[in-house]
Amino acid sequence: MKLGILFSGGKDSVFATYLAKKLGYEVPCLISIISENKESYMFHTPSISKVEKQAKAMNIPLILEKTRGKKEIELKDLERAIKIAVDKYQIQGIVTGAIDSIYQSSRIQKICNKLKLECFNPLWQKDQIELLEDLIKNKFKVIISGVFAYPLTKEWLGKQINKDFLTQIRKLNEKYKINPAGEGGEFETFVLDCPLFRKSLKIKNKKITGEKNSWVMEITI
Amino acid sequence: MKKVLIVNVCKEKLHYLEFVKPIEDILKNNKIKFKTLIYKNINKSQLIKYNKIIISGTSLKDNYFLKDIGKFSWIKDTEIPILGICSGMQIIGLEFGGRLKKKTEIGFFKENFKKDLLGLKREQEVYHLHNNYIEFTEHFEIISKNNITQAVKHKSKEIYGVLFHPEVRNKKLILNFIDKK
Repeated sequence: MKLGILFSGGKDSVFATYLAKKLGYEVPCLISIISENKESYMFHTPSISKVEKQAKAMNIPLILEKTRGKKEIELKDLERAIKIAVDKYQIQGIVTGAIDSIYQSSRIQKICNKLKLECFNPLWQKDQIELLEDLIKNKFKVIISGVFAYPLTKEWLGKQINKDFLTQIRKLNEKYKINPAGEGGEFETFVLDCPLFRKSLKIKNKKITGEKNSWVMEITI
Repeated sequence: MKKVLIVNVCKEKLHYLEFVKPIEDILKNNKIKFKTLIYKNINKSQLIKYNKIIISGTSLKDNYFLKDIGKFSWIKDTEIPILGICSGMQIIGLEFGGRLKKKTEIGFFKENFKKDLLGLKREQEVYHLHNNYIEFTEHFEIISKNNITQAVKHKSKEIYGVLFHPEVRNKKLILNFIDKK
């Protein structure tokens, strides 16, 4: 079965791609939505302009569509992007990296149902510590590209998800209820390498902006 | 020692992670022994090893199990308690002569339970993901219904059916089913 991945460049959608391919599904394209609305509930925006580099590293064509990010209009834009993937690559289903957001996943389910496409959420309800452990075990190189919740500070930007990170995030989970995989929007990630990449991505430049407990690291690859 | 049998209804391998593994994780986290089998690989003689059976749901588009409904004839013959989730509920309904009907509900809904169903009572938020439902025969008591039947229990057997997905926001229901004497 040919599947298109809703792809943000973060750990969840890259890991979902990895799982689909590992189980023998064909992945003829990735689908990314660039939202002008940084507060979008549907799409993760940080580092999304870097997804082209990731797609190239995986040798998978990328469909890049823009949205102004107004609440229900962005769903129409997503539907348009998925239709392009159906026409161009004959995909029969969509894969998402949704873990626990009923808001996001039910909207994508509705679009797939309308377009008569299968919908796959291979990380659905997954334990967040287990997810981080799976990433480490499978040699994913994932960095923190944005933080958006107390007590996370700019010192967390650029940190790699490894055993050390796991220890620290477990503590923050116990003390401050930070979701270990950032499912509550506490932080955003970017994947620099994984078994699907033909070569590892290198950070050439970085620019850090923000204040208090909201920081973003813009990177050039 | 007896254990729980989880029946995987999904046609696609990748859907196991979405519709079956979340149920396994709930059991694992509570140190409950289980085994998962694909529905095609179940035969009546094996069932004696288990003391509870959970039949999973599957995706909106996956109705493949309907073509294979003959593989589920064990449901009517066994005395082992069964919980059917979404398509699992539809399979139970069909085995007992119910009729399959169309109705799509996707997302978070409030449902009313007229009496306690494995710990759920009165108004509860549940996660729906279905294109079909069952009109049940008189063998079943309807415990939750809006326009369509959402939850049932067999009148004389320990067979439960829920159209929503308790593994998402009502995990306790699954544990209450396992713990029920």
